[in-house]
Amino acid sequence: MFKKILIANRGEIACRVIKTARKMGIQTVAIYSDADRNALHVKMADEAVHIGPSPANQSYIVIDKVMDAIRQTGAEAVHPGYGFLSENKLFAEALAKEGVAFIGPPAGAIEAMGDKITSKKLAQEAGVSTVPGYMGLIEDADDAVKISNQVGYPVMIKASAGGGGKGMRIAWNDEEAREGFQSSKNEAANSFGDDRIFIEKFVTQPRHIEIQVLADSHGNTIYLGERECSIQRRNQKVIEEAPSPFLDEATRKAMGEQSCALAAAVDYASAGTVEFIVDGDRNFYFLEMNTRLQVEHPVTELITGVDLVEQMIRVAYGEKLSITQDDIKLNGWAMESRLYAEDPYRNFLPSIGRLQRYRPPAELAEDTRVVRNDTGVYEGGEISMYYDPMIAKLCTWGPDRATAIEHMRNALDGFELEGIGHNLPFLAAVYDHEKFTSGNITTAFIEEEYPEGFEGVTLSDDNVKRLAAAAAAMYRVAEIRRTRVSGRMDNHERVVGADWVVMAQGHDLHVSIAADQSGATVTFADGTSHRIESDWTPGDKLAEVHVDAEAMLIKIGKVTSGFRMRWRGADVALKVYTPKQAEMARLMPEKVAPDTSKMLLCPMPGMIVKVDVQVGDEVQEGQALCTVEAMKMENILRAEKTTKVTKINAAAGDNLAVDDVIMEFE
Amino acid sequence: MKDILSELDDRRATARKGGGDKRVAAQHAKGKLTARERVELLLDEGSFEEFDMFVAHRCTEFGMEKNKHPGDGVITGWGTINGRMVYVFSQDFTVLGGSVSETHAQKICKIMDMAMQNGAPVIGINDSGGARIQEGVDSLAAYGEVFQRNIMASGVVPQISLIMGPCAGGAVYSPAMTDFIFMVKDSSYMFVTGPDVVKTVTNEVVTAEELGGASTHTKKSSVADAAFENDVEALTEVRRLVDFLPLNNRDKSPTRPFYDDPARIEDSLDTLVPDNPNTPYDMKELITKLADEGDFYEIQEDFAKNIVTGFIRLEGQTVGVVANQPMVLAGVLDIDSSRKAARFVRFCDAFEIPILTLIDVPGFLPGTTQEYGGVIKHGAKLLFAYGEATVPKVTLITRKAYGGAYVVMSSKHLRGDFNYAWPTAEVAVMGAKGAVEILHRADLGDADKIAAHTAEYEDRFANPFVAAERGFVDEVIMPHSTRKRICRAFASLRNKKLETPWKKHDNIPL
Repeated sequence: MFKKILIANRGEIACRVIKTARKMGIQTVAIYSDADRNALHVKMADEAVHIGPSPANQSYIVIDKVMDAIRQTGAEAVHPGYGFLSENKLFAEALAKEGVAFIGPPAGAIEAMGDKITSKKLAQEAGVSTVPGYMGLIEDADDAVKISNQVGYPVMIKASAGGGGKGMRIAWNDEEAREGFQSSKNEAANSFGDDRIFIEKFVTQPRHIEIQVLADSHGNTIYLGERECSIQRRNQKVIEEAPSPFLDEATRKAMGEQSCALAAAVDYASAGTVEFIVDGDRNFYFLEMNTRLQVEHPVTELITGVDLVEQMIRVAYGEKLSITQDDIKLNGWAMESRLYAEDPYRNFLPSIGRLQRYRPPAELAEDTRVVRNDTGVYEGGEISMYYDPMIAKLCTWGPDRATAIEHMRNALDGFELEGIGHNLPFLAAVYDHEKFTSGNITTAFIEEEYPEGFEGVTLSDDNVKRLAAAAAAMYRVAEIRRTRVSGRMDNHERVVGADWVVMAQGHDLHVSIAADQSGATVTFADGTSHRIESDWTPGDKLAEVHVDAEAMLIKIGKVTSGFRMRWRGADVALKVYTPKQAEMARLMPEKVAPDTSKMLLCPMPGMIVKVDVQVGDEVQEGQALCTVEAMKMENILRAEKTTKVTKINAAAGDNLAVDDVIMEFE
Repeated sequence: MKDILSELDDRRATARKGGGDKRVAAQHAKGKLTARERVELLLDEGSFEEFDMFVAHRCTEFGMEKNKHPGDGVITGWGTINGRMVYVFSQDFTVLGGSVSETHAQKICKIMDMAMQNGAPVIGINDSGGARIQEGVDSLAAYGEVFQRNIMASGVVPQISLIMGPCAGGAVYSPAMTDFIFMVKDSSYMFVTGPDVVKTVTNEVVTAEELGGASTHTKKSSVADAAFENDVEALTEVRRLVDFLPLNNRDKSPTRPFYDDPARIEDSLDTLVPDNPNTPYDMKELITKLADEGDFYEIQEDFAKNIVTGFIRLEGQTVGVVANQPMVLAGVLDIDSSRKAARFVRFCDAFEIPILTLIDVPGFLPGTTQEYGGVIKHGAKLLFAYGEATVPKVTLITRKAYGGAYVVMSSKHLRGDFNYAWPTAEVAVMGAKGAVEILHRADLGDADKIAAHTAEYEDRFANPFVAAERGFVDEVIMPHSTRKRICRAFASLRNKKLETPWKKHDNIPL
């Protein structure tokens, strides 16, 4: 076996590879850029080589620099991870030239699968199902109708040069095909100056399902089941699972065998993934083959028990696969959530900065529960602007899908992340979405279910009551502590009462607390009650609260007279008042948040570099209004509509916080 | 007998009605609570003991003899906050607009005298139209009596003002002399002269909110220490503040049971200071990670944000924190931040609250605005305040401690008890760039030489060890163990005694 390998990557995948290498007794070399000087993968590796400035195009993807690091450390093989140089033919060749093993497929396979058209052709030749369509140019409307009939309705009529939905039409019959052809052609001519049109099968209710293959250089190829990655946002996968809730055994087998055939056709040797689009009738069509380790590979590992990185290393060393197709049994269900530093409340705007708090749930490997967290960060680390904003890949496994989902909900509840915006609440919301839990999903899930973006989770009345009971019991504990301050008058101490009113999410709930040694019973005005038991003490940021013996992991924050509680994607302020305070609080005016539609708010903490307009200026939609510098990046803020500037509150040099009002409009 | 007892009940009921249902409804309609409701929320339930409920004014001008209300527009008395005694007065806007008469003021003076005698804080709730014009100079004299007591009580018992309605004219000077002023957003304002007079005199058109609202006083003028959303929140937060404060100047900084480990290790602090010395970081992260349970009560959060002031607890005991904030103006000291911090330090010293100072300061802000504004004297206030303070002083340099600002910020030379530094600290006269430009003026044209000189300077001075060699830094400590080290430092100082030569009082550069 190799004595030493270099990982030509960073972040969680570098850490992931190091873990397996260490397990196999292989020495590891990390490479790092300026920004990654203190990164986790650098700390984990046996050796680390600095390879240049922070931008990846001056460090991680500069082949010469990586080659220098290899020479310097005497690494015998290189694992490229994903992204960066993982599918770079030149890199594979450079390694081959120096006799360094590439822990990935042969350069030929990378090249063959790297081109969309070539790969589709190869797939067809290998007997893989591809999206039916006509790649040639279409003459006129009659031609379009003819071809549409050959492909079979519904069809997608697409401009060759198209993009962003422009020049695209879906046709379900001859008449629509005729019209669609004409309008696509006109739109394409106007938008792109290129009116070439082609037609392909329109896949209805599309799902993204991919097959994991594994091949050695001795002609053995197996598949390790599928992963479903239909939960995507703008083509970025967000949640993946294995197996797919949609495939039957026959379809799985057909997809698996075709994938193996394709891999064999290009002399594939390593782990690879064949991506398919699957329609509502379980017709599947080849999309592309990824000749690398996929981000979402852990879900396959969790249901097959195969360490894909280990297999890749062994294959690269020239070993024969020790597992056969028959050894592959899909066991249980695995989910993966990609935690991104993207603020779901701000249309998933990337959020960079310091992880002031980063406490993932404990990794577990139990009989009916596995929790795995692949990450490259740590508390006090930095999410930098230079790379992918992924924080962690949180995976759970259970004997079945419902259990895996339940484990994931709890794992997300227990995942503490502060300092940057992140998509955890959104992920939690998806796991509670009925459509998701039913398995009835398509690649359009997010855009269909969250058309206005993510606006937070509204809790059911029952859950508000559960949180309210917890908040009341906890608040009472905190208030009792407050009465124990020094300097109080003897014999005239404050007595903390049993009656409280919890206000949250529009509810106004009177509760009565009966506390005892082990917890408290919180009774509502309607006579219902919850038993609350918890070892939470004031200041704890994560509370494990047993509500009627069912554990809830709640993130606790401070608000005046109560708590901010985050649970299952909801973010709620719960006010806990004495009845007297509640009576007064009801008299307080509802303060309407100022209408921000006529304001320019600072989107990130930063400094105003320049203001481009003056009070009274008429501004056009898209016109630059000012520039904010944040993390050394200049961000130009533009007018969202044509309007007039009525007030400017900031000047060049001002430091602003998020949501500070920079200027106001008419 | 029964009649006599019920007579008291009747009289009490009348007094409690204040200005009557109509005026109470109007008060509520403005989003404001009544004077009595405010007192009830401020104090522990059922703990209020009222004084002078039946006091009435003696004015007979302008038909006032027919316009009498028991209590005369202010409710006074004492009660407890979490079992600790406080005195309180609450002006009743429903009674003659809360206007201040001779008797109204006498009620306030009575509880202030008692507070000083018995060693308990005074909390004043202000909601008053101003002087009672019908009483003429009697009303002005009454204000004077209150002012004098504010002055006498200053430094003896904590004084807290809540502005929960109008507070205009001479009336502003009573809160102005108290230790803390809190306002309620949208329903309170303070000014010496109102918008009408401003218009007449200066021709400026300005609204009451712009002139003296909560936003103005927390962000621009620094008159107010914080602003809250509504009356309920404001009163609740004042209760929270009182928990941090000693009851008087003979009392120790209060303690309460805590649920945090004094030896808690925070590994993330090892990476708090960025590699690049010019990259900002948030000092509040350090404050909350050092504090018991992450609890921080910030004072003047919205003013001079380049310095952070407020209260935390360490091992359950209140500690005042002063910290440069690298996120704003690189944490530089200027007129506003010096004034803000100096006042806070003096409050802490007056009431035996130990002071923790966290330093990352590149120096004083240069420029004509600062010099013309008197940064010399304002900066000296902070220097003076630290130097005269005899409370336990623990200081930590996280990064820059340059020039005069190094000395000002609770340095060893100003009787600092524990002066710690992180390994990332740079204690020097100035940054490398500036120093090299002065020391090697001749080489300024030669970039290579300058770079070499800069590196040499950084190597020699951009660290805490030169200061540590001289004992100006007592110890260089690991960031992750800071909480433990600081807790132990304060623990060792619990019996600190430090004398200052007798003087009538000092002459701080005002």
